[in-house]
This record gives sequence, structure tokens and C-alpha cells, in this order.
Amino acid sequence: MDQTNKYTHTSYLENEGRFKGILSWLLSTDHKRIGLLYMNTIIVFFLVAAVLGLLMRIEKMAPGADIMDAQTYNGVFTIHGIIMIFIIVIPGLAAVFGNFFLPIMIGAKDVAFPKLNLLSWYIYVIGAIMGVLSQFVGGGAPDTGWTFYVPYSAESATNVLFALTAAFILGFSSILTGLNFIVTIHRMRAPGMGWFKMPLFPWSLYATAWIQVLATPIIGITLLLVIAERTLNIGFFDPALGGDPLLFQHLFWIYSHPAVYVMILPAMGVVTEIFPTFSQKPVFGYTAIAISSLAIALVGYFVWGHHMFTSGISYWSRWFFSFLTFIVAVPSAIKVFNWVSTMYGGSIDLKPPLLYAISFIFLFMIGGFTGLALGSLATNVHLHDTSFVVAHFHYIIFGGMGFAFFAGIHYWFPKMYGRMYNIKLANIAWGILFVGFNVLYFPLFIIGLQGMPRRYFDYLPQFETGHFVSSIGAFILFAGLILMLYNLVRSRRKGPWATANPWKGVTLEWQIESPPTHENFETIPEIKHPPYLFKKEND
Amino acid sequence: MEKPGHHILSYNSLLGVLVALLSLTALSVWITNFNFGTLSVGVALLVAAIKGATVLTYFMHLKFESRILKLMVGGVFLLFALVIIITFIDYLLR
Amino acid sequence: MAETTIQQHQGEHEAGKLGMWIFLFTELFLFGGLFLVYAVLRATYSADFHRGAEELDAFVGTLNTVILLISSMTVAMSITAIRRKESGKALLLLVTTILLAGLFMVNKYFEWSHKLELKIYPGSPVLENMERGELLFFGLYYMTTGLHALHVLIGMILLTITAAKVRSKQITSESYLLLENGALYWHLVDLIWIFLFPLLYLVT
Repeated sequence: MDQTNKYTHTSYLENEGRFKGILSWLLSTDHKRIGLLYMNTIIVFFLVAAVLGLLMRIEKMAPGADIMDAQTYNGVFTIHGIIMIFIIVIPGLAAVFGNFFLPIMIGAKDVAFPKLNLLSWYIYVIGAIMGVLSQFVGGGAPDTGWTFYVPYSAESATNVLFALTAAFILGFSSILTGLNFIVTIHRMRAPGMGWFKMPLFPWSLYATAWIQVLATPIIGITLLLVIAERTLNIGFFDPALGGDPLLFQHLFWIYSHPAVYVMILPAMGVVTEIFPTFSQKPVFGYTAIAISSLAIALVGYFVWGHHMFTSGISYWSRWFFSFLTFIVAVPSAIKVFNWVSTMYGGSIDLKPPLLYAISFIFLFMIGGFTGLALGSLATNVHLHDTSFVVAHFHYIIFGGMGFAFFAGIHYWFPKMYGRMYNIKLANIAWGILFVGFNVLYFPLFIIGLQGMPRRYFDYLPQFETGHFVSSIGAFILFAGLILMLYNLVRSRRKGPWATANPWKGVTLEWQIESPPTHENFETIPEIKHPPYLFKKEND
Repeated sequence: MEKPGHHILSYNSLLGVLVALLSLTALSVWITNFNFGTLSVGVALLVAAIKGATVLTYFMHLKFESRILKLMVGGVFLLFALVIIITFIDYLLR
Repeated sequence: MAETTIQQHQGEHEAGKLGMWIFLFTELFLFGGLFLVYAVLRATYSADFHRGAEELDAFVGTLNTVILLISSMTVAMSITAIRRKESGKALLLLVTTILLAGLFMVNKYFEWSHKLELKIYPGSPVLENMERGELLFFGLYYMTTGLHALHVLIGMILLTITAAKVRSKQITSESYLLLENGALYWHLVDLIWIFLFPLLYLVT
């Protein structure tokens, strides 16, 4: 790691080809450059949405209107949700690390359709810009929440149409990424790499890609129908015209629940790569982890109704969805056991990626267990639409997917940029983030249990302490974020040179130069071993 | 045995498929003369499903494709059927 | 060396075809969502849906079904032709397909304008005064046939590009991925119509 010399090969970061400067990025079909395009876009949007989140917390620091009125608050939580869900976490890990590392980890030079890959980034950017514009153009900021529930979303005078179209376009980008990854994994694996010699991050991406392909069209048509409802007065979901608002909820969650697995499956894949490397031990239960990804994807498709327990769906329907919700917890738990067993007896190296990965398990488990409280029919009635739900899904999405993203970026940073960040600073930033996260979201569980509703901009005096503590946590979390980003952004150009394999990883991405060359591999490797064979076992 | 996807369908067999499809269309129009009551949607869908399967198998060449693709197509239709059934657990049992 | 290029080429063909199939899956689910809406609303308003279907012209529907089925066969035949190196025949069959697609659209145009003359369109006073179920039936009618017609148009554009490339010999018996994918897309348009036709026009 103390290598002081710059690398000698031509890396993908250096120009090659017709275009120079920014154009060489915007027109590049190199999967690594597209990965970085996604990452930079996502970080910018993440900061915007995080600031919106912070504003909401400041508003709730004390009762009454502090810095915004109720309608502004409605707009802020809607756009916070739309940006975070559709622009950040759904593409998130798959588009960034999937694009960058999927081809490398399966020993390919690029994805199956490089041009389509670039196109999907452009579609993504158009959708993202429309999402942001919806805040400023005509009618005022949308105030429906990211769930767009009818009949309100068909009636609200605000600019819902723009936001719906934005989500529709973003879905299209997500489909194209998924399609590309499925074909890549089917057709581009290096010779000798059978399905069960493939690393586990690609496995999780495979499961994710199928959900993207098979669930996203449903939200596409649903949003289209709401658009038709608003513009053509068609009335499928409008009770006044005989339509059925519950049908919208069904359609919406047929996509949006599997979408949660689009967020969390690649996150699980990332930490599955990290545990063996930092324990210097093969992953425990390889097959179980691979299969459980598919099982989560499959069962996760059939649990959408647990968002509708209080909406008036039939008793048997509630029974069925609750039952399957408990079933889907099983493969998730299998993964947790396997991660812990991977660490057991290994030579553990507590570097920032592992710290993030371990805190991922911790936060994901809190999120998962509270999920079971929400998945039980009786407790759900009490907890539905309270801040308990808000805390639950932030533990899953931010604590799970977010922390896995941070784990991934600290793990692969030296490979992506050929430089190392300041490890001490990264550890400190992790500590601040972890503390801030729990101080921010844990109180929401408690006041949620006591009856604090979600999406309210004001509250009764008895919730004041909880909200105050939570807002303090928001500041701590934000400080941690800034510190982490500062460290990473600075090290991109100024960090010390990193070796090709600073963590002693064994998957293919660590066997090539840092940063990778344009072609990744000079010659396509032939795969003879299972993916996680460490030296000790090899000798 | 040929490699998957390498079979060439002859003009005559394609014409045969078309004749079969047109007869099924005639059948689906003809049976509207009978009253199947609540089953009428089911009967219409059954004929449509046979027609759809014919298009998939011959026109779309699925019969001669790799097993993995057949599995995918089957899986996709199965998944969709399950979504419909599960939604109707709600609507039919309210 | 030549052998590896051929292998690579076949690999790209297979990848491209798999990609197309996966894209078709997303199309199936897009219409699948509409199908689900139809199923639920029909279960709620079956009598109204019967009345609605009776107002549609089953003859035009049947005619369009026949047109699409024939066009599906011609496009499948054009693959056979190109693989037998009869590219003139392939072009002829493709043009026939596009013309049949055009005929479908002409029929659709007359069908829709007839409905508009009767003032049956979403938001019209005539429709507002009908039973709720009939109103929803016509909403679905416009939504599904509209979305399907859009796919017919996209298919026509795709096949026109393909035909141009067959003409300029960019599509040959060695390399016909675009033709195969265009045909797959066209079959999907047919496949969806096969389900729409009985559900909208026949179940009375």
C-alpha cells in the first residue's frame, strides 16, 4: 500500500479514442466510465435529498411551524422520497458498482450492450432532471408523497404530472440496466466460469436484474394510467367514476415492494464480497447465499399486500401476505448467518469496508425485525402510518443499502481510482455516521409506537423529546457524511498510490491493475477454481 | 441434433401454422353463439391461450430455442398468472 | 482466426436475441398490468362489460385479427427467405408485412372515428351518462387499443428500417439479427392482440 510510484499502464481514467475532456466521459461506452457517471450523478442528488431530509428534521425540532409551512413540508417529503427512491437507491448499487465490477468479476471486457448501457444513463439523467423540475414548474411542488396514492394524486392541483412522468422515465432506465446485466451474465462469463463459480455479487445482481425487468413495467403502466386519469379523465382508480383506488395500491406495490429488493439485494452482494476478503477465509455457505438471492427475489415478488393491511383487503389476502412476509425473512436470515460464520475463525482485518459491512448487518437486522412487527397483522394495525414505519424503512434502505454503498465504495475505491483514502479519517467518519444514524432514526421507533403519525409537519407536545433527539442525530449524521465524502473526494486526486490488491482479495477484480485498463483484461482469464479460494487453502 | 436456434421453418409449415391460427380465430368467433354463462371469459381466454402458444412456439421459433429460453418464457407466464391469482385472493374473498 | 470471428459473431447474435426476448418480457408485463386492471374491473362490473363489448364491432375486430395473423406469418417467412439467401423474397415479404400493418391502422382509424362520432370518448357527456362499468370498459378499450396501436406504429418503423437494410444487403443470411428481433417484436404485437381481441370484442 505504500507504493509511491504511479502505475505505468494506461488506465481507463486516461483518454483513449476520439473525444477529449468531458465528452470522452459523456460519450464513453466503457462500463467503468458509465459506472462513475452514475456514481457522480447519484452523489449530487443524494446530497440534495439529504439536505431536504435535514430541513425536515430542523422543522420538526420544535413543535409548530419553524422554518416552513405545512404545504412546503408536503412538497419536501415528496421530493425527498422521489429522489431517494427512484433516483438514488433503485439504480444505486447496481448501476454504480454493478456497471463497474460486474464485467470485471465475471472476466469480461464490457457488458453485453455497451451502447444501450450509455443510453440508459441518459434516460436516467432525463428522468432525474424532470423529477427536480417538477418542483419548480407550474402548479407548485407535488405533495402526494412518493407513493402517488390515488385519488389524491389524480386530484392534487400541484405538478404531479411531471413527477409521474419522471418516475416512468427512470423506470425505463432501470429496465435497460437489468436487461443488460441478465444478458451479460448469461453470455459473457469467462471460459470455465460455470454458474456456481461466479462470485456472489454478480449472483445478487442477476436476481436484482430479473426483478427490474419483471416488476418495473407494472409501475410503468400504473403511472401511465394515473397520467391518463389526470389528463383524459378515464377513471380506473377514481371512485366517482366507478374506479377502484385499491386497485392502484395493488398495482403500485406489485412493483414497489419488489423494488425494495432491487435496493437491498445488491447491497447484500457487496457485503458478501467484503466479509471473505477481510476475514481471509472463503465465504461460508456459497451455494446457500447464491440460491437465497434468487429465493428473496422470487418470494419478494409476492408480498406486496403487506403495505395494504389497513386498506380493506380481504381477510385471506391479509393472511397470505403476512405469511409470505415471514417466509421472505428466512433467506435474508440465512445470509446473515453465513456472513457471521464467514468471519468466525478468520483473520479479521478491521478496515473501513468491514466496519461498514458489520454495521450493515446490525442496522439491517434492526430494520428486518421491526419489519416483522409491521408484517404481523395485529401489530400492523397499531403501527401503520406511524413514524415507526419511517424508522423501519430507513433502517433497511439507508442502514442497509446506504451503508452497503459506503462499504462498497471504501472497498473498491483503490481499484476504481488507483489511490487510497485516509483510513484513519474513514474510520472516524464511519463512527460519526453510525452514531448519527442511530440517534436520528431510533427515537422514531419509540414515538411511532406511542402514536406519532408519519408525514405530519407538526406534532403533539408529548413527542417533543423524541423529535428533538432525532433532529440532533440528523446533524451528527450529516457531519459524518460530509467528512466521509471529503475524504473520498480529496483522495481521488491526492491520495497515495494504491497497489493492485491492497486488501488481498481473491476475486478477479483484484487480479488486474488499479485502476483497470480500458479493456480490463489483456487476455480473458480461464477460470479453474471456485471464486473464494484464499492462499492458505490453495497451498 | 441441430444446435438451438438453427432450424429453418419451411414456407409450407408456416402456412400450416397460419391456417391453424385462422381456424382457431373462427372457432373463438363461432363459440360466442353459445352461452357459457360465467365461463365465457374462461373459454375465450382458453382459445386465446392456445393461439398465443402457437405463435410463441412456431412463429417466434421457441420450439427450436435453447432450454434456458423456454424456461424463462414459461417462468414469465407463470409469474404473471400467480400475480393475477394472488390479487384475486383479495377481490374474490372480500 | 476466421473460426473465432464466426463464433464471436454467433455469440453476439445469441446475446442480441436474448436481449430482445427479455425486452419482450417487459412488454408482456406492461400489458399484463392493463390485463389485471381489466380482470378486476370486469369482475366488479361484468354485466356492464357485456353491454360495452356489444357496442364494439366484432367484424372489424375479427378482420384486424386476421390481418395481424397473416402479417405475423409473412414476417416469419421473411426470416426463412433470408436464411435461404433469397433476399429479394425476404424484402417482398417484409414490405407485405408493413402494408398489412398499415391496413390494420386504417381499420383502427375508422373504428375509432366511428366511436368519436357517437361521442364515446373519455370525458364525453355521453359516456358520463352511461353505467359506471360501461364508462370503465370504454376507458379500457381506448387505453389498451391505443397502447397497442402505438406498438403497431413502432413495429412498422422497426420493420421499415429492417427492410431498408435487407435492400442494401446489410442484412444477409450470415447476419440477420435485426430482422429476427424485428420479427420477434412484431409477433409480440400479434400475441397481445390475440388476447385483446376476445376480451374486448367477443365476450358479450
